[in-house]
Amino acid sequence: MLISLQRKDRASLEPAQGSFSHHRQHGLRIDGRRTTELRKIRSITSTLSQADGSAYLEHGNTKILAAVYGPREVRSKTNIIHERCYINVEFSMAPFSTTERRRRAKTDKRMLEIAQFVKQSFEPVVLTQIYPRSQVDIYLQILQHDGGILEACINATTLALMDAGVAMEDYVCACTAGWIDKEPALDLNSVEEAQDTSEMTVALLPKSGKIALLQMEARLHVDKLEEVLQLASDGCRQIHTVLDRTIRDRAEDLAHKMPSSS
Amino acid sequence: MQVSFLSPTARGADGRASSRKDDQDMDLDFSDLLGQHQTPKGSKDFKDGSIHVVTPGETITSDTQFMRGHGTYVEQEKLVSSVAGVVERVNKLISVKALNTRYSGEIGDVVVGRITEVTQKRWKVDVNGRQDAILMLSSINLPGGVQRRKQESDELQMRTFFMEGDLVVAELQAFFHDGAYSLHTRSLKYGKLRNGSFISVAPALVQRCKSHFHSLSMGVDVILGLNGYIWVSAYVPQNLDEIDTEQVYSNKNKEDISAEDRERIARVSNCILALAQELMFINDTVITFAYEASLQYPLKDLIKQEVKAAIANEAAASVDNLRG
Repeated sequence: MLISLQRKDRASLEPAQGSFSHHRQHGLRIDGRRTTELRKIRSITSTLSQADGSAYLEHGNTKILAAVYGPREVRSKTNIIHERCYINVEFSMAPFSTTERRRRAKTDKRMLEIAQFVKQSFEPVVLTQIYPRSQVDIYLQILQHDGGILEACINATTLALMDAGVAMEDYVCACTAGWIDKEPALDLNSVEEAQDTSEMTVALLPKSGKIALLQMEARLHVDKLEEVLQLASDGCRQIHTVLDRTIRDRAEDLAHKMPSSS
Repeated sequence: MQVSFLSPTARGADGRASSRKDDQDMDLDFSDLLGQHQTPKGSKDFKDGSIHVVTPGETITSDTQFMRGHGTYVEQEKLVSSVAGVVERVNKLISVKALNTRYSGEIGDVVVGRITEVTQKRWKVDVNGRQDAILMLSSINLPGGVQRRKQESDELQMRTFFMEGDLVVAELQAFFHDGAYSLHTRSLKYGKLRNGSFISVAPALVQRCKSHFHSLSMGVDVILGLNGYIWVSAYVPQNLDEIDTEQVYSNKNKEDISAEDRERIARVSNCILALAQELMFINDTVITFAYEASLQYPLKDLIKQEVKAAIANEAAASVDNLRG
């Protein structure tokens, strides 16, 4: 189930010369993309046999595994919500996921924050009220980190929740955009992120155009905001077509394989 | 290709077969109604469009005469899907059936479950649903004779009946207001499970049948729980009149389970897993065919993926043969 919406990353063909810099050659970025180009996205659902739903997503060189368990009985009595389900998100990064091999503590504030962002973007979209007194567990693990982990987390969670048959109003598609060298650029990789760029992550509900999450940590001139937001939103819509293809292919595949009773 | 995979197997039931044909005719007219809808890619494979796959957020119909079923919601007078799956219609009720979900029960279902918690007057049972089911002390057969009222002493010795981790087979009796299931074991068919091994498959693969208790010809008993939990055990001759009520809650396996019996149980379990891997319906006939197909392989090969596929294919061929 290989989905290639964009050109292959050309990083290998046109290596950046000298130091890492954003200076484009022939208007191309460090990995050979144009400013409005996404990285290649591959996605597969139902990768884990024990989870109720699971997904593997590659966003360029960022690789992530998502597992969904539930809706099931609430594990801790304090988490019971009588009129809807409780969503629990746990995020972790494999020690080998970054260039520097490092084991991260479970209490890492950055990681807890990402889990919280994912939880907050999905709580209004999952039809939680039809699963009262239940719990949905979402486990996310970064296998390879090359920038845009929050967008990858949200996209992989969307796939895994749908694979588990959890009712949702719509897809949640996330994408990043930033401002590099006096120009807006879509879907930054880790090299681009590491430089002093202002990066914005947008999670969009493609059907209604509502924004589920908007996150930015650096400074960006207000005049440029509109343009960056627009670019990221366009990226979200592109990602929606990719995710929808994966989900639809899987559903059609299952619908065909499921036995007919004649 | 049929629309509904929930309908029972056509094991010589002529009446059912004809009624299913009517369903199909209705679906034809249904797809015309939804003409405004964009058909999914590759839909030409779907004979007369009777399989209609939708994904979340996709509008199923903007016709207001239809009613909203499971897996859908209404937004701006449009019926929108909330899960990825197949559209099903019964008259004016439209629902979307997700293909890979947890168990959603109906009253009268036979389920296999595992006790997760013992509380006052009730057990909690994991039945692969979205909440644990509840087995009340008042809805089990108390040992020591015919119908008797529960007493305080029964409450104190609930763990002697069912302990955490015990497997039970029960029937779904009712729903609580929050949608949780209430079970009962008030029949000698139901109760604690012994002498066998547990396997779990997708709930959609177990169909509602007349009986979910089967004694297969190779000398193995199978209980097909509608929640996808299956119990495969050594054959125990059942004489419902002479069951010792004290023995119903015993934790001891019977002593004479031979090595051959154990091997047969393992073989049947692996055959069921093979059928599940190939997404085939699981019933006593198919299990028997799969078992026969598996006899040409040594037991330890049955965990290999390609062997499983071969067994399932052979079983499918045998079923087709049977139907002619």
